[in-house]
Amino acid sequence: MSSVLLDARAIAKHFGGVKALHDVSLSINQGEIYGLIGPNGAGKTTFFNVLTGLYHPDGGELIFAGEKLPASAPHKVAKRGIARTFQNIRLFANMSAMENVMVGCHVRTHAGVFGAVVHDRRTTAEEVAIRRRAEELLHYVNIADRADDLARHLSYGDQRRLEIARALATDPKLLALDEPAAGMNGTETEALRELIEGIRKDGITVLLIEHDVKLVMGLCDRVAVLDYGEKICEDVPAVVQKDPKVIEAYLGGSLA
Amino acid sequence: MMGFLASFEALRHDKRAAIAAIAATVAMGIVLAVFPFIVGSALGNSWLRIVDFAMLYIMLALGLNIVVGFAGLLDMGYIAFYAVGAYLYALLASPHFGLHLPVWLIIPAGAVLAGIFGALLGAPTLRLRGDYLAIVTLGFGEIVRIFLNNLNAPVNITNGPQGISGIDPIHLGGITLAKPISVLGFTIPSLHAYYYLFLVLALGIVFVTIRLENSRIGRAWVAIREDEIAAKSCGINTRNIKLLAFTMGASFGGVAGGLFAGFQGFVSPESFNLMESVMVLCMVVLGGMGNIPGVILGGILLTVLPEVFRHGAGPVQMALFGKILLDPEALRMLLFGLALVVVMLYRPAGLWPSTTRRREFKGESTDVLKEGE
Ligand SMILES: Nc1ncnc2c1ncn2[C@@H]1O[C@H](COP(=O)(O)OP(=O)(O)O)[C@@H](O)[C@H]1O
Ligand SMILES: [Mg+2]
Repeated sequence: MSSVLLDARAIAKHFGGVKALHDVSLSINQGEIYGLIGPNGAGKTTFFNVLTGLYHPDGGELIFAGEKLPASAPHKVAKRGIARTFQNIRLFANMSAMENVMVGCHVRTHAGVFGAVVHDRRTTAEEVAIRRRAEELLHYVNIADRADDLARHLSYGDQRRLEIARALATDPKLLALDEPAAGMNGTETEALRELIEGIRKDGITVLLIEHDVKLVMGLCDRVAVLDYGEKICEDVPAVVQKDPKVIEAYLGGSLA
Repeated sequence: MMGFLASFEALRHDKRAAIAAIAATVAMGIVLAVFPFIVGSALGNSWLRIVDFAMLYIMLALGLNIVVGFAGLLDMGYIAFYAVGAYLYALLASPHFGLHLPVWLIIPAGAVLAGIFGALLGAPTLRLRGDYLAIVTLGFGEIVRIFLNNLNAPVNITNGPQGISGIDPIHLGGITLAKPISVLGFTIPSLHAYYYLFLVLALGIVFVTIRLENSRIGRAWVAIREDEIAAKSCGINTRNIKLLAFTMGASFGGVAGGLFAGFQGFVSPESFNLMESVMVLCMVVLGGMGNIPGVILGGILLTVLPEVFRHGAGPVQMALFGKILLDPEALRMLLFGLALVVVMLYRPAGLWPSTTRRREFKGESTDVLKEGE
């Protein structure tokens, strides 16, 4: 029916004695919203870090859009079409919201020193396009009115949105969100749900780590559950919710 | 120059603002043009020399600003690139080797060679940040100086601690700046001529810096400064972009170095010691890291103020106490240090920080993922 966009095969990652990921395999289909849940310390963020090239895996491989992803090369991963946000927001704090998104455009643009200094036709056109795209994206995530404010002056919820806008600026095929609803109130979470649904409608596949079980279950097409670095379940939300292993993991560990 | 750029931007928006900006630019141009004559007649040639040096330091500060202010890489050995430019000029245009190559060739060559040295320094230090980077770059600066000191045996290349003298003055198309130049009945004295040349080149460097700052490359530099991990994840090839910062910054230093050699007529390793690196770094930090007008201000103040203290300390003491209590030279450094401490206490972001980015000093480094982050 649908084609596989990301195929993670037996990904392993340890830190000293801790097996943060133990042969985790999962495959994400083109166009779906895929949830990754599990108790604290289960290895979700570690999976993101391996996926986006920030950590070198100790085993396994990642096939993205039919080709192997390079390990330990975050900028190449971004170029291939995977963008992410961070659990602990990582914005360019002393740049404006607009500039943050413009940095996101870096990977799809080309101007070098010569173009920057001389302002040849191509560079000027590119710069105009970057500006327009950044404005568009700020509108899209609904923070256009904060365009000129420094990222660190935005509210928490707006920072999360800005991070999403910056990620979208890289023109990703897969958008990986690490606990985007953390610290948001009910209305903000609802707006976030709409935003994520909109992103999927625009043809971008979403990989979502989230603690808010209601949000995950309502939003995701499929969900995988990690516990102590192992995938214990992968299915549609209705089935995952009833899986005894999942219930045990959540009851046994710190309840999310 | 900034007035000029502003006038350009303004033209698109508002006619009156554009006229105001053009008027400001013209006024600024006139002030800059007559400035050496005012200084020369009011304060004498020694002060005009100081003004000329201020231009060179502005170029250095702007170069270091790319590395430290934009990209956030603490470089404590920056003066090495000034040395590279200066020695290249000295070797290619002096009786030392009997070479007398033209200036238009040596200065760009100095920029390129310094840029290569910048990349050489950058490559092995790409993974370092903060204090570690500071120590390695400091070592690099000292290594270059020590090489210059010792490359006189077995083959005499640099003439060691004696340095190289008799360097050709800067000369362009048969006109030498070492002697007064007459243009249309006007006589432009040598120091004035150097002033104009340095001014033009400094403005050129300001222009390039402004253009870079507002470009894809400039944004990538600042992104790396702000959060290296996030920058990588946005698709920035941080290795290349950092190397570019080192190279660009160094090449400005190379240009300034070549001009220094031609202006001074003499170079020796002692001109490129650690204190000089620290001085240029102070200009960047004190003026307002990452903010171009601030950095220019820092360059001017830190060149002129120590001289003011030096010249003023004696007479002021005589007037106050009737005798000289403290050696002006020692007092100069004391006052200078005091001024630095006061500025850093009361304006930690610099005297003239950028209005949009009054950057807070974050002790935390951003290039390591913390556990579970
Ligand atoms: N950089 C690191 N160094 C050491 N241990 C780490 C590191 N990153 C994560 N871990 C460990 O790996 C495990 C999984 O962490 P993480 O992926 O952050 O979990 P989650 O995001 O699911 O809460 C935890 O035991 C954590 O302590
Ligand atoms: Mg996590």
